[in-house]
Amino acid sequence: MDILVILLIVVVLLVVFITMYNSLIRRRNEVDNAWSQIDVQLKRRLDLIPNLVETVKGYASHEKATLDAVIQARNSAMSASVSPSAQATADTAITGALRQLFALSEAYPDLKANQGFVSLQEELSNTESRIAYARQFYGDAVLSYNTAIQKFPGSLIAGAFKFAKREFFEAEAAARTTPQVKF
Amino acid sequence: MNDLIASNKRRTFFLLTGFIVITVLVGMAVGVLIGNGTTGTIIALVFSAVFAFGSYWKSDSVALRVSRAVPADPVEFRRLHNLVEGLCIASGLPKPRVFIIRDDAPNAFATGRNPKHAAIAVTTGLLEKMNRVELEGVVAHELSHIKNYDILVSTLAVTLVGTIALVTDITLRMMWWNGGRVSRGNDRRDSTNPLAFVGIALLILAPILARIMQASISRRRETLADVSACKMTRYPPGLISALEKLQADSTVTHSASMATAHMWIEQPMSGVNDAGRLGMWHKLFNTHPPLAERIALLREI
Repeated sequence: MDILVILLIVVVLLVVFITMYNSLIRRRNEVDNAWSQIDVQLKRRLDLIPNLVETVKGYASHEKATLDAVIQARNSAMSASVSPSAQATADTAITGALRQLFALSEAYPDLKANQGFVSLQEELSNTESRIAYARQFYGDAVLSYNTAIQKFPGSLIAGAFKFAKREFFEAEAAARTTPQVKF
Repeated sequence: MNDLIASNKRRTFFLLTGFIVITVLVGMAVGVLIGNGTTGTIIALVFSAVFAFGSYWKSDSVALRVSRAVPADPVEFRRLHNLVEGLCIASGLPKPRVFIIRDDAPNAFATGRNPKHAAIAVTTGLLEKMNRVELEGVVAHELSHIKNYDILVSTLAVTLVGTIALVTDITLRMMWWNGGRVSRGNDRRDSTNPLAFVGIALLILAPILARIMQASISRRRETLADVSACKMTRYPPGLISALEKLQADSTVTHSASMATAHMWIEQPMSGVNDAGRLGMWHKLFNTHPPLAERIALLREI
């Protein structure tokens, strides 16, 4: 009978171990998925910019400074390295440049009334919301994963199988201040 | 916020366990009274489960058809679709089907057996009366129902209520036909087995108790959905403002009925008496906590 009891304990421990290990795998994959979600939304924003620039050029082609700033920001975002700080810098630049561009429409009533411009503005605003939501979800996923690998006994499994801690998305210091809109 | 969610889930678990305990007690009472408790209870449980889970499986199509919901056109209701998509990204849920109900009363519900087969419906009245952050709060509340598998929880509760109702009903009938005689084992003595009285009392009270517990579970889940919604939007004032608007609005939702009352964000039937407070009887059986209470809880987050 003793053998049976020991066997039962071993089986139970095995089941617990497998459950915890799989749970860590699931959480880590969720973090990766959440990160790529942010990327999807960021890409979408970058894709919308050329259309926007063309629409604005049709009405306000001599606002070179603003238009160039947007194009410049977009290009550097596309070529930026994947490091979070480079991404954050590029992000700040785009947000600032886009704000200037939309402020332009105040001075050009024809542009403001243009259906194409209005719908692009809505799309971009929408995409900004989604980027925010995607970052929020990423934060939640990282929290859940980091907590799971730090709690006991998950920490034992995490250490044994090299589950590394993941970084939260940090807004760059510059991004914390509201970009100034200059008319 | 997370502690509120955790404690709410714990309370639901205890309520459901309490439910099962009552079912077992009823089974035992039946055993004392007519000598065959276990089989009867199991049969009743199976019947109940089949009915309840059958309806749970089809819950989305039935609920939508009863409320006369139509799919929301993605162009006409773009704002709504965008809101739903954004919140799905925030919560990691797949996007549910979105429906519209043409009714002036502001209200909304969510249904579906799991996140993959879910649907949410909002009334045109809600879309007109709420601004963006309020609408976001309401949609987040409905999505939280889906995320927390509340349809499943309430199906479990309904199954147990059904079981208890069936078992007590049949047992009382059998006893009536038997002429009130208690089980065979006690035939020697006359049937003044004291447990019999307890048993009968339990059988009569159990269905009522069960419904009270079911309503209690429903209220817990509503509160849970409120708190989860705030976690999703990270903006409690949105939902608070929406609930305040619902409180001030007295239009009755025509597309609802008592049967579907539990699914809506605010109960379609009014239980508020002239003094503006819920009568005590209504309080026990309400599927939703009073709006004032919900608003007060959210303000403290």
